[in-house]
Amino acid sequence: MAGDALGWWGVPLAVGAGAIRVSTPFLFVSLGEVVTETSGRINLGLEGTLVMGAMTGYAVSYLTGSPWLGVLVAGIVGALFGALHAAICSLPKVNDIAVGIALMLFGTGAAFFLGTTFVAPSARHLPSIPAGFWSNVPQIQAALKVNALFFIGVAVAPILAWALKNTGTGLMLRMVGDNSEAARAAGYSPLMVRLWATMFGGFMAGVGGADLSLYYPGSWSEGLSSGQGIIAVALVIFARWRPMACLWASLLFGGAGALGPALQSVGVTGGYYLFNAAPYILTLVIMIIACSPDRTLAGAPGELSITK
Amino acid sequence: MSALGLEAIEITKRFGDFTALDRVSLTLRPGTVHALLGENGAGKSTLVKCLMGFYHADSGEIKIAGKTQKVGNPRDAQGAGIGMVYQYFTLVPSMTVLENLTMGLGFRPGRIDWRAERAKLSAFLATMPFGVDIDRPVSQLAAGEKQKAEILKQLYLQARILILDEPTSVLTPQEADEMLGLVRSMAVEGRLSVLIITHKFREVLAFADEVTVLRRGKLVGAGKVNDLGVARMASLMMGDQAAGDHAGRLERESGALMLELNNVSALDDAGNPALRRVNLQVHRGEIVGVAGVSGNGQTALVEVLAGQRKHQGLVAVAGEAFGASRKEIWRHKFSLLPEEPLRNACVGRMSVAENMAFRNFDRPPLGGGILVRRAAMQRQADDLIARYNVRTTGPDAPVATLSGGNVQRAVLARELSGEVDVLVCANPVFGLDFAAVADIHGQIVAARNRGAAVLLVSEDLDELLELADRVVVIFAGAIVYETSRSGADRQAIGIHMAGHA
Repeated sequence: MAGDALGWWGVPLAVGAGAIRVSTPFLFVSLGEVVTETSGRINLGLEGTLVMGAMTGYAVSYLTGSPWLGVLVAGIVGALFGALHAAICSLPKVNDIAVGIALMLFGTGAAFFLGTTFVAPSARHLPSIPAGFWSNVPQIQAALKVNALFFIGVAVAPILAWALKNTGTGLMLRMVGDNSEAARAAGYSPLMVRLWATMFGGFMAGVGGADLSLYYPGSWSEGLSSGQGIIAVALVIFARWRPMACLWASLLFGGAGALGPALQSVGVTGGYYLFNAAPYILTLVIMIIACSPDRTLAGAPGELSITK
Repeated sequence: MSALGLEAIEITKRFGDFTALDRVSLTLRPGTVHALLGENGAGKSTLVKCLMGFYHADSGEIKIAGKTQKVGNPRDAQGAGIGMVYQYFTLVPSMTVLENLTMGLGFRPGRIDWRAERAKLSAFLATMPFGVDIDRPVSQLAAGEKQKAEILKQLYLQARILILDEPTSVLTPQEADEMLGLVRSMAVEGRLSVLIITHKFREVLAFADEVTVLRRGKLVGAGKVNDLGVARMASLMMGDQAAGDHAGRLERESGALMLELNNVSALDDAGNPALRRVNLQVHRGEIVGVAGVSGNGQTALVEVLAGQRKHQGLVAVAGEAFGASRKEIWRHKFSLLPEEPLRNACVGRMSVAENMAFRNFDRPPLGGGILVRRAAMQRQADDLIARYNVRTTGPDAPVATLSGGNVQRAVLARELSGEVDVLVCANPVFGLDFAAVADIHGQIVAARNRGAAVLLVSEDLDELLELADRVVVIFAGAIVYETSRSGADRQAIGIHMAGHA
């Protein structure tokens, strides 16, 4: 049998395939958050946005039969959450981190409340693209069925990296995030720029949520996200606010997330829960390495409340 | 492109009951350099902010090139040809000079054609008397280069009236002279009119044609620099107030070695070297001044002495290794007045009395056991407030409600009231008015006269030359020069501050 022929090689294959499958939400949330944080604000509420996006995406796909419409609506709902975060942070003496935590709780709570009716029914999923067509090994073909959204995310990363350097909009974002006084003197409104940047971040997180419910794991339930939105925010710091680094970091976290199931598939069942905790342990380790107390973070936008 | 004239006529600006500007007029003639003089709080910045559209004057008008102009916001001012270089830098540190200057031209959301922008900027720079490397990130430029880049940016944006707010405060004397000389040459050529806000007479005499003097929000004098002369300008600026006559320095031999730094090195927050093998000795009855352009390790030096930063090498007080623990501070009578005392030496929301007790609340007579004796703390505060002239609504007021000078006095009262063997001060009079400066300088010299070893870190060379017995220069984290008070030579100090030695 081919499966036996693959043997232990199944583990790296499953981890690689899992990296692609699991990384998509990380990728979308972190790319959105890169834009938000580049403008000088941090949105911790993305966990709530992610769950809200998962719920609305699933519900819309179920009700209309179109998963892509679900993705779009999830993005719009995410953008509205972003706008809410930005609007509250525009008020004087409001701390963006506190608002983010409040919105995280609000988003998950609202999603559970509104989404109870969609737990049971099954909605149409997003299509996958058979990137393993060249192989005749069924495991490889199965592993390389790649979510269409993943390709979009992979395309967005270099576009964002390019745009931050080579467009007026990108320069404006960096200016507002690095020195808002200078931006104001140049006639920009930091609050407006941050509003749009946070909305973009919310949109991307909403899309990332739709990926969770409409592709992998592909159903709507309360424990769907289990902190992936927060991990993605941490990942932005690890990636030092660079979109391309977000891509690699997402794949790394995705691979860590796929480790447990991959080992299980070849019969290693001992320590299953330990391997499932890999992404959280990885987050912890990376944060300890990246955030040593007597160094500020190189490359951090100057206006960010965590670096100020 | 030629210089424009600017007139501010009878500008009045009130903040609530407080009149910051009372019918102040100023005339900047085209192609001249005009100095706006006044001590802190005289209304210089308020006037300029009205010209730039940050504030809206309650009455009065602004004329540019003879025509009345409404300046509603900084964009309007830029459109009218006014460019301002602020005291703090407004270039974005992480971006290159090219990116910064291109951004200034206005917002274009789409793709930027860097090749065309580069060609355009290079062509502009070729017409300028000074240049700057346009591909370096601004964070890597020295202060003088940043200042030049700021000026170039304003000129690139077609400014024909240039306002410079205390432009030389972060420069070495040589950099300051070069920069002001360049600006002046452009004014003489008729390309620019320049308004310089300053409190340095030396710069006014050397570079300005005319001067306007403000005091407490009122216009007190104006005219040609040559006609007025230093004495007249000084008396206009300070009014009847006696000029800073500090408590007399007693001639005394310096005594035993008190504070010693031996090969002290430290890293900054980004992990780069901030101090490199610093060796420094301060003796009893001596003030050692540390001169240097800001950002050359002064902050790290004071933080090491305060126990706020990890370091290698030895810090010793009276021959014993010193780690700034509470016990050691008390035993060695070690006092420290950091820069920005409200942030670094106070808890803003706690009361003046509590802040004044930080040194001794855990010792008799205030404490020692479990309880703190509030009555004793109150008495101590009343006494210090009276002795050190701290203006506060009372000892129970949160210390953050005090003005900058009074926070400084309160911290100085706390640090100097007991016996002092070692005193470390960092920019102790930054941003204070004349009366407060004289007062605090007097206290520092008095501590020295009583036999304290004083380390005075300051970015103001005049202050150091006035107070210090010895001056050392710090550059890029290392002590690069040392001179005695009597042998001090501004020129030599300046060259070492710039690292050109």
